[in-house]
Amino acid sequence: MVKPTRVANDIRKLRFANGEMTQADLADRLGVTRQTVIAIEQGRYSPSLEMAFQIAQVFDVPLDEVFRYADPQT
Amino acid sequence: MSFEEKGIWLYLVMAIVLPIVYVLWILGQTASVPIVEIDYQVPLLLSIGAAIGLSILGMIAIGIASPDDAGKADQRDKDINRLGEYVGGLVLAFGMIAPFGLAMVEMPQFWIANAMYAVFIVAAICGATVKLVLYRRGF
Repeated sequence: MVKPTRVANDIRKLRFANGEMTQADLADRLGVTRQTVIAIEQGRYSPSLEMAFQIAQVFDVPLDEVFRYADPQT
Repeated sequence: MSFEEKGIWLYLVMAIVLPIVYVLWILGQTASVPIVEIDYQVPLLLSIGAAIGLSILGMIAIGIASPDDAGKADQRDKDINRLGEYVGGLVLAFGMIAPFGLAMVEMPQFWIANAMYAVFIVAAICGATVKLVLYRRGF
């Protein structure tokens, strides 16, 4: 069975820091469904590199302030 | 639940319910006719046609119920669809060995046709199940 992604993120924190942006608002800005934003936030789906940059652009922060890769040893 | 995921649930239900109806009809015929002499062709085609038709109508109904989500398929939906179709395709490819074998040993057409139908159904169920697991568990 496929395991959920090891890519962790701070999207939830960034949404609240950006005027309590809703998942639906973020989804609209990215052109994806709200379910996809939820899946990314919960680490159940790794976005493409392009979408990752788009997310960082929405929050106006560098990519590594949104995503980080969990240590494979942990 | 996204529009695409609802569509897969609908597809899965159709892939289970209509073959059951078809099999029940076949079993009902066996009381009066030997199984290999049953005129299965029209009911089989009706079962396939009904699955396609009802799926289309169901998708229209889902779209009417939640118009904002209708037709929206993003990258995740496409990735999940691709993986599910890949698994379904594998099941179909290997499953077709069975009707192929039945044809080689010259079994009645009834068994060959119904074995092919069964493989299509199993492949559809496997593909849809994989997609739903990926939607729920992530990947």
